Amino acid sequence: MTEFTPMTALAGGALIGLAAVMLMGALGRIAGICGMFSGAIFAEHGDRLWRAAFLAGLIGGPLLYAVFAGRPDFEMTASWPAIVFGGAAIGFGARLAAGCTSGHGVCGVSRLSPRSFAALGVFLGVGMGVATLLRLAGAG
Amino acid sequence: MFRLISAAMAGAVFGIGLTVAQLTNPAKILSFLTLVEGWDGSLGLALAAAIAVTAIGYRLVWMRERPIFARAFPPPDSGEVNARLMLGAGLFGLGWGAVGLCPGPAIAALGFGGPELLGFVAAMFGGAAGYELLERGSLLTSAT
Repeated sequence: MTEFTPMTALAGGALIGLAAVMLMGALGRIAGICGMFSGAIFAEHGDRLWRAAFLAGLIGGPLLYAVFAGRPDFEMTASWPAIVFGGAAIGFGARLAAGCTSGHGVCGVSRLSPRSFAALGVFLGVGMGVATLLRLAGAG
Repeated sequence: MFRLISAAMAGAVFGIGLTVAQLTNPAKILSFLTLVEGWDGSLGLALAAAIAVTAIGYRLVWMRERPIFARAFPPPDSGEVNARLMLGAGLFGLGWGAVGLCPGPAIAALGFGGPELLGFVAAMFGGAAGYELLERGSLLTSAT
């Protein structure tokens, strides 16, 4: 298990919120990463570029941060079958639900959308249930 | 051009925020989702801070007539809570709990994650592409 880091969690969360507000103020868009991710490829032509620019920043920002603060910790313990099926379930599920942790969890909840409150509740409920069961089943 | 620069800046701030909160680390996310002794509530605090800043910030920018580089703000999400939303959110939660990654952290970590992360992002893309194909074939419209 990792250590509780309240200060960096609050600071990082506030930056995520700031980014969502920047995108709304500049482009009038919701900062939903899964929509960005598939929209950069599948969206109507004129809507692709800004999404690609956001994604480039999303990859480049952490790299820039790493130059000053060192390489961030990255520890991924899931098995390959879990990675493949889990990844596909997330990609498909996020599109079916029209949003993920960022689009529903941060932006939608901030807009007081009932759909987003429901989605975030299910994300957390199922995510916690699955993670806890896997741990208790002896995976960790 | 200004649209692209502001989108890239927002993306960079988003990614730096995830990194500062250590949410680019799957182990950190799983420590929040796994409800056992030694539970780490950090992700919950990050989510709460993000929602608080967004909720206030949105209302401030909505006082403008329109966004700086666009015609209008989006209308409220008027859809209803339906089976499609619940099923999608359930699938999402399943993968999130099994791997400890969701789309934002996965992409933000691309610069320093390993082959497992690349495999995860490819699978995620495959799932999203599968959805697009089904939707274009309108196989999903009858299910709503």
